[in-house]
Amino acid sequence: MIQDPQGVWPVVRLTLIVSGAALAISAAIGIPIGTWLGLARFRGRAWVRAVIYTGMGLPPVVVGLAVYLLLSRKGPLGDLGWLFTPAAMVVAQIIIAFPIVAGLTSAALEALDPELSAQVRSVGANARQEALVLLRQARGGLLAALLAAFGGIISEVGAAMLVGGNIEGRTRVLSTAVVLETRRGNFATAMALGGTLLFLAFVINAALLRLNVSPRLRR
Amino acid sequence: MLRRLCLAFVVGLALLLAACAAPTQTPKPQRLRLATTTSTYDSGLLDAILPAYEQAHGVRVDVIAVGTGQAIEIGKSGDVDVVLVHTRALEDAFVAGGYGVERLPVMFNDFILVGPIDDPAEISGALTATDALTRIYDSQSTFVSRADDSGTYARELTLWEMAGLSPSLTDAWYLPIGQGMGETLLFTEEQKGYTLSDRGTYLSMAESLPGLGILFGGQTIAGNPDPAMFNPYGVIQVAPKDPSAPEADLAKDFVDWLTSLETQALISDFGVETYDQPLFYPASRAWCADRGADSPGCSGS
Amino acid sequence: MTDSACYRLEGIEYSYGGRWRLEIPLLEVMAGEILALIGPTGAGKSTLLRLLHFLEPPSTGRMAFEGREIGYPPPLELRRRVGMIFQRPLMLAGTVRHNIAIGLRFRGESEGGRVEELLRRFDLEALADREARLISGGEMQRVALARALAYEPAVLLLDEPAANLDPGHVRAIERIIREAHELAGLTMVVATHNLAQARRLSQRTAMLSAGRLIEAQPTERLFANPMSQVTADYVYEETLLERPESP
Repeated sequence: MIQDPQGVWPVVRLTLIVSGAALAISAAIGIPIGTWLGLARFRGRAWVRAVIYTGMGLPPVVVGLAVYLLLSRKGPLGDLGWLFTPAAMVVAQIIIAFPIVAGLTSAALEALDPELSAQVRSVGANARQEALVLLRQARGGLLAALLAAFGGIISEVGAAMLVGGNIEGRTRVLSTAVVLETRRGNFATAMALGGTLLFLAFVINAALLRLNVSPRLRR
Repeated sequence: MLRRLCLAFVVGLALLLAACAAPTQTPKPQRLRLATTTSTYDSGLLDAILPAYEQAHGVRVDVIAVGTGQAIEIGKSGDVDVVLVHTRALEDAFVAGGYGVERLPVMFNDFILVGPIDDPAEISGALTATDALTRIYDSQSTFVSRADDSGTYARELTLWEMAGLSPSLTDAWYLPIGQGMGETLLFTEEQKGYTLSDRGTYLSMAESLPGLGILFGGQTIAGNPDPAMFNPYGVIQVAPKDPSAPEADLAKDFVDWLTSLETQALISDFGVETYDQPLFYPASRAWCADRGADSPGCSGS
Repeated sequence: MTDSACYRLEGIEYSYGGRWRLEIPLLEVMAGEILALIGPTGAGKSTLLRLLHFLEPPSTGRMAFEGREIGYPPPLELRRRVGMIFQRPLMLAGTVRHNIAIGLRFRGESEGGRVEELLRRFDLEALADREARLISGGEMQRVALARALAYEPAVLLLDEPAANLDPGHVRAIERIIREAHELAGLTMVVATHNLAQARRLSQRTAMLSAGRLIEAQPTERLFANPMSQVTADYVYEETLLERPESP
């Protein structure tokens, strides 16, 4: 069914939209939480960190099942009618991706010289400026966090299958298409789709890494 | 660089939102959600017959192809409008539980036992499926079991029970792998084992399974000697929350269409060109009333 | 130099995780003076500087700045009136120019040629567009000074400003410190374990030992006639050890 190359385009498009939106929202939630976790000193920080780090290892199928139960017509959010739509897939992927973004952001900040924070405040930074400057210093780690999260969700299949339903033209993404074609015994098509997925991931990684070129070289 | 990243982020987000919003600009076609088993979808049957319905009725059919157990569960929670599966006991319980309106026969195909061409358990001489399974059991030949929530696995259990045998997990020759039909067939090919498969999936994958052959069940459904291997599919309209809602009419229309003479004719033609035999035999009430004794599916359910 | 107190610390105690300790019964830093902090490694010099920079709150005690009692957390404006050169200055990713301008940027002030002037004054023009994290330790020390002076603080705190420098650079840094003091009338507190440097730079000297303020006196009097035996022992030993390199 995806034998014709035209059939691949909507799948690629939806893959990018779903995983891109999930990554964007995960970054919007995960970077502030990771920054707070990496810079603030408070009681119970070790516990919060343990929770976030555990979240980094959540099996996508478990997330998918939880989101399914949540969005099912019989579930608490059933009235939204999101089940078997791209919105449900975005929700599941956010839950998978945001602990990765938050955990790796905080790890990147903690890897900075512990003196740096005091020296930045010494020069007169307020709390927001301090966080921004430190994030900038940790940008390599920050980028790695985003790329790890993106790689995790674009190739994830368990949750996408469960809450998306792999509906042709509606919720079929590259990873679920690979599963379908494998199930059908169309190994060549499945491999081609897998290659497309890999290529897509490569292009996005390369594009994002371009942003990490040192500012001195860019000016 | 942070500013640049933020900018890229915002631009990306805007593009995504635009992309998400764009399709909703066009008027939404009506949607009908159908949960079905992987066998009907992966064989290509639905791709072959649904476009006719979608064009004639202006309705998009969203197909969610999963295992029978999962399809039934999705139906129970009201997340789909129609269920098309092949495990009679579960279907009857579904309707009895008030989750479905009525179970209607649609079509049937059959199960076959496939195995290594040299047939170490000599099941090709068996007269019944239980006889064949007994030979596998006695010779301790490798048998691969779906062991999932599928109708195929449910049938396998029934057949073992009918044979009065209960292979256990401790039997080294019995391999419950918990995977789909396609994966199970590939696994069986690699392990040179036997397995129970629906005919359609086996035929569609036969090219990638050079070491396997149909050892019990005949080369076509008509040649299958054991009615215990028949595999009837039923369609059930999920009990609507609000029977007067347009979705309820839509689901009823779909069930009517699926069991109509024209659609049944489409089903009987499907696969003939590729496999020289139909993959599914129509069996709806309308079809049987029209064709009666001519059609192999009309004697049973 | 005026006689009014820039800082007044009274009954200050500070402890953190049972590790750093500090005990300052009474200490005043006069406006416009250079005060040297001496004492062996681990005496609490750096910790006292952090307290004076409002980076850490004292556990108990009262602290006044320019005659006003300080509550905690202190307002940002207070911290922004103080600059500090850390013992190991860290550079931010970006150019030397960016690093010098960062304090002004935090304050939302325009550079108005001040950065260029500082680049010239600290002989950093050739480095202006270099990546700051890749320059030498001595160069970083100069960038750190320029970075702190750019926003014209009222107080400059220096933590071992010559610790990692060779003698030629030590003289250069001291010249810069004296110049900054004379030009801007800055109040300065210099922590150093180099007693000769303390004598060269400061008008008054405070002696710390094991986290406790031992005494604070005009520099020459402290060295010639220490009140405490602890100070006397330290000054004597250190001076003996230092004699060969002292001019």
